[in-house]
Amino acid sequence: MGFLDIDNVTKSYGAVKVLNETEISVEEGEFLVLVGPSGCGKSTLLNMIAGLEDVTSGDISINGRRVNDVKPAERNIAMVFQSYALYPNMTVRGNISFGMEMHGVPKAEREEKIAKVADLLQITNLLDRKPGQLSGGQRQRVAMGRALTRDPDVFLFDEPLSNLDAKLRVDMRTEIKKLHQKLGTTIVYVTHDQIEALTLSTRIAVMFGGNVQQLGTPQEIYDNPANMFVAGFMGSPAMNLLPARLERVNGAMCAVLKVGDGSTITVPFPRAEDLTEGADIVLGIRPEAMTDPEGADRDSNALTETELPIDVVEPAGSDTYVTVALGGKDAIGRFRAHNPAKAGQPARFTFDMAKAVAFDPETETRLA
Amino acid sequence: MATAPTSEAVTAGTGTPPPGGKTRASVNIPRIVLYVILGLFCIYYLLPLYVMLSNSLKPLNEITSGGMMALPSDWTLAAWRSAWSEAQVGVAATGLKPYFANSFFMVIPAVAIATLLGALNGYVLTKWRFRGDTILFGLILFGCFIPFQIVLIPMARALGFLNISGTVSGLIFVHVIYGVSFSTLYFRNYYAAFPTELVRAAQIDGAGFFTIFYRILLPNSGPIAVVCVIWLFTNIWNDFLFGASFSDFDSQPMTVALNNLVQSSTGVKEYNVHFAGAIMAALPTLFVYIVAGRFFVRGLMTGSVKG
Ligand SMILES: Nc1ncnc2c1ncn2[C@@H]1O[C@H](COP(=O)(O)OP(=O)(O)OP(=O)(O)O)[C@@H](O)[C@H]1O
Ligand SMILES: [Mg+2]
Repeated sequence: MGFLDIDNVTKSYGAVKVLNETEISVEEGEFLVLVGPSGCGKSTLLNMIAGLEDVTSGDISINGRRVNDVKPAERNIAMVFQSYALYPNMTVRGNISFGMEMHGVPKAEREEKIAKVADLLQITNLLDRKPGQLSGGQRQRVAMGRALTRDPDVFLFDEPLSNLDAKLRVDMRTEIKKLHQKLGTTIVYVTHDQIEALTLSTRIAVMFGGNVQQLGTPQEIYDNPANMFVAGFMGSPAMNLLPARLERVNGAMCAVLKVGDGSTITVPFPRAEDLTEGADIVLGIRPEAMTDPEGADRDSNALTETELPIDVVEPAGSDTYVTVALGGKDAIGRFRAHNPAKAGQPARFTFDMAKAVAFDPETETRLA
Repeated sequence: MATAPTSEAVTAGTGTPPPGGKTRASVNIPRIVLYVILGLFCIYYLLPLYVMLSNSLKPLNEITSGGMMALPSDWTLAAWRSAWSEAQVGVAATGLKPYFANSFFMVIPAVAIATLLGALNGYVLTKWRFRGDTILFGLILFGCFIPFQIVLIPMARALGFLNISGTVSGLIFVHVIYGVSFSTLYFRNYYAAFPTELVRAAQIDGAGFFTIFYRILLPNSGPIAVVCVIWLFTNIWNDFLFGASFSDFDSQPMTVALNNLVQSSTGVKEYNVHFAGAIMAALPTLFVYIVAGRFFVRGLMTGSVKG
């Protein structure tokens, strides 16, 4: 039994089931991120935790109390919305104090809390402005300030950064992480941005089509995605998913991949040792496991070097991404910056097969 | 109107004459024609107002001697004074004053109640959706299209049943019922565009149904409230049919009294008094337009474009 328990919860709108049986248990102080593409049911799940939507079946409990029939205001949660939802007719001060006022906090105490929160978020000089007179980043802070005054059991965030420009988003991301480290409050955070999910969370629930596809630490999700959807969704550029065949060469299990020119390459694949010989698989390999030889992880025990013809070279500042045709797909490898690789010419690659995974092409689940 | 500014912009922008070698002078001719036409329309529309104003400020003999269009030669407020407090209205020589008051006692509560109820309906229909809410909204909307004449007899029965027939309260009741259809339409469309997240945030903050309504929704309803008030005020103030059907002598609104003033034929028709009375009857709506009018267009736009 965790601090926040989502026990077999489903949600239907009429005949449409938008969330299938969902089981998530969050420990106190955890930072759980719900991530997935648009329409997968993240907000629905969050709103059900907040009490803004009824659950169709199942139970939600917070801090040991079943809250299915408890009003949002009495669940001891605070929520930050995507649009910030600041009351346009009230000043920043009014916005922050409204919730406390509704909960009957005396005026002196309210003032004290406002001052403290404003100081924490550096919005003291904005307290007498209306939301319309604030920039996006400032509004975001005010929205967080409003949530902070509550000392809630759980913070709920629904895509709080998606309305900010790229630079501000990165800054605020760091601030949210700092805030979590400082306060240690349990957070459930919804985003469709996998980088946010990986950087912020202690655990991630990857959702798709109303199902939690995988629940795990960022490391688990990144290194051992449960299925091809998770593999493709988490990480940027995405994991290469390449059709391959398993064959045993000199007693070692190898993955055989077609190359663009019709030939094949064979790379030893120790992780697939227990799989059936001759099986068709989808090989999942991240760009950082397909590098130039000098850029490879020398600690790995499954490095294979080979030469492949390069189709496209894309310098991206800190790295250079190269595209090769493998298994009938475009595979992206990550080379170090200032690499002499040229499009149309062959270059040497090192595959780090310790980091590669194998999926079943039919069920799309991970085999090894 | 479209041609003149465009060709001017071309001239100014590129420094070359407009295509076809037209000079500025020839471009200006349509514009002059335009202004002349606009000016004529202006006079045409303002003429009745001029006639009313100038004749209300004349002694009666100046009008009867044939000078409808002329400015008064002997300026006087006597007709105004008479219309306000002395003229024969129906059976009593009270002037329009008491009926003016009746109209205010009717229109202010009616507008206030209809607007508030409309706002509340709009709030429920958009933010607290329930099964069958669209059907209910449709039915309320239907109220906008029911002709007044159809309800006269049932309404008379209802007023009698409620024991408020022939009173100002009865008129308020009737106007609120008609007004709510319109105010609900206005507010529902306005609130449909009102961010639901604000309501949710307030719910989490611990605000209840009515607190959310008057702390969050109402303070942000300025433009649509103005539209609604102008609409209801003008309609209720100007209503004649309900006033004539459901009022007694002591509860008649201004419009009915004005009619009685004009109809009361004790000897000569005092046109100057009638003109003064008519202007008086129109003044409150004019006033509301001037004070609130600049929000009117803005409010209509917000309601329609966003909703
Ligand atoms: N009131 C409703 N009636 C019917 N279906 C709904 C309703 N609200 C949401 N849905 C559906 O539920 C699904 C999940 O919606 P939800 O808002 O949770 O998505 P999301 O994961 O938050 O997406 P996004 O990233 O776009 O915010 C969607 O397919 C949506 O169409
Ligand atoms: Mg969402």
